Amino acid sequence: MNIEAKLGLDVFKIDTEPHIIIHHEICQAKCQIRFCLNICPAELYTLGKQGEVQVNYEGCLECGACLIACGHQALAWHYPRAGHGVQYRFG
Amino acid sequence: MEKVEFVVVGAGLSGLAAAMVLAEAGAEVLVVERGDYPGSKNVTGGRLYLGPIRAYLPDLWEDAPLERRVVKERLTMIAPKSSITVELSSERFRQPPYPSYTLLHATFDRWFADQAMKRGALVIPGYKVDDLIMKDGRVAGIVSSGDEIRANAVVAADGALSFMAEKAGLRKPHVAKNYAVAAKEIIELPPQVIEDRFGLENDEGAAQLFFGSLTQGVHGGGFLYTNRESLSIGLVFALQDLMDKSNSKSSEELPSLSPNGLLETFKNRSEIRPLIADGHSVEYSAHIIPEGGFRAIPRLVTDGMLVVGDAAGFTLNMGVTVRGMDFALASGVMAARALLRAREQADFSSSGLSYYETLLKESFIWEDLKTFQHMPDFLANPRLYERYPSMACDLLEQLMWIGEGSKEKFSTTLVRTIRQSLLRVGVLKDLFMIRKI
Repeated sequence: MNIEAKLGLDVFKIDTEPHIIIHHEICQAKCQIRFCLNICPAELYTLGKQGEVQVNYEGCLECGACLIACGHQALAWHYPRAGHGVQYRFG
Repeated sequence: MEKVEFVVVGAGLSGLAAAMVLAEAGAEVLVVERGDYPGSKNVTGGRLYLGPIRAYLPDLWEDAPLERRVVKERLTMIAPKSSITVELSSERFRQPPYPSYTLLHATFDRWFADQAMKRGALVIPGYKVDDLIMKDGRVAGIVSSGDEIRANAVVAADGALSFMAEKAGLRKPHVAKNYAVAAKEIIELPPQVIEDRFGLENDEGAAQLFFGSLTQGVHGGGFLYTNRESLSIGLVFALQDLMDKSNSKSSEELPSLSPNGLLETFKNRSEIRPLIADGHSVEYSAHIIPEGGFRAIPRLVTDGMLVVGDAAGFTLNMGVTVRGMDFALASGVMAARALLRAREQADFSSSGLSYYETLLKESFIWEDLKTFQHMPDFLANPRLYERYPSMACDLLEQLMWIGEGSKEKFSTTLVRTIRQSLLRVGVLKDLFMIRKI
């Protein structure tokens, strides 16, 4: 099963307001390694056309691994607002 | 502005245990939970050890929605194309009081919240705490969407990331070496099929842990638990090591070193495939685990606040067992007891709350974390994930393989393997390391 199918199993209540914001000025200037591209269990981080890191916050499983892995504080990462985000039915 | 005696942030096991004990003693306690219902943001691998916590929460378990009592323990060493499984089946596991059960957080936590409510706690889901109220350097309540709720004390039960502990200055920013990241899938199967495949009788369950090449050399492992009508299967990776290893792989290999990619590869192995065949995947989840152990425990008490459960870093990976939920429940109970004593003395300063640390230090939580404080170093040994499983599997395969032609003496095979392995760098060092754990 690819990651899109996996995330399709989950219940998400998507917030219109992103809860993950990439500070591109920090990300591009300071980070060559970009751990976020590899370690996210939901594979939400991708590279855009200009080589900039993008994130699809909608499929976030709220583990926070990217926040910890980003050593440059290039992410503003919060839990989604109350009533939003993933709602685990099994956990 | 509202005021209550106590606010608990997070309706997980530790927070609800604290609330239950507080409410039972007649204290006014509010539990706020950011998910739509208790458990909706929580993930467990799957097993709760009841042995250590029956003394803390004695009257809870009869009607608890636990999944299966574990009567079979399996440990599997995985080499690239072979594996060795050790299975422990014991009559002791089959006799009450049963030592451990598998469980699903969303089911259990909702029920647990009901139990806390029945005892007088107020649990409010769909309520996210944005900030703490700080007054004269002490925690004096919580802030949510501009609303303030004041409290004599706040219990930070907000999970492994614990922004509350960080805001109160109890924890430094997260460092990757103290965390693991887990990816898990729930696969539904009829109860009878689960029992047949794992050799179980009614309500019995199995737990299986895996280590070796399934994590492609990254420190970590896999787990498989039987629930009543589903299997919980997942992989856990030490975050720093996953970062380092994924970075050193070439970009074509990248998809194969993603947590989900490795989980899929694992599910396709011949050891796992028949166990999950015809199952229905119904959920995919991820979570971080505070695996830093004893040395990574943050400060636990400040003026007006206590930290419990995952937020306090109370988990213990001993390789053959992984624990956290028992620590969460017991730490919640201890926090409540300390708060009740502070309430009697009307002193919610850090010295008034320090009884929490006293209780912890006398408890199994502290003892176990301390006894196994070298475990993270031991488990960080790369040879555990590549060389040793391969060596053991190769040896057994050589002993058991009957091919064409004649077979060499067992002693010849054994001596050759031992000589080869002892000459490898690191093996002697590992033998010395074993004495520490």
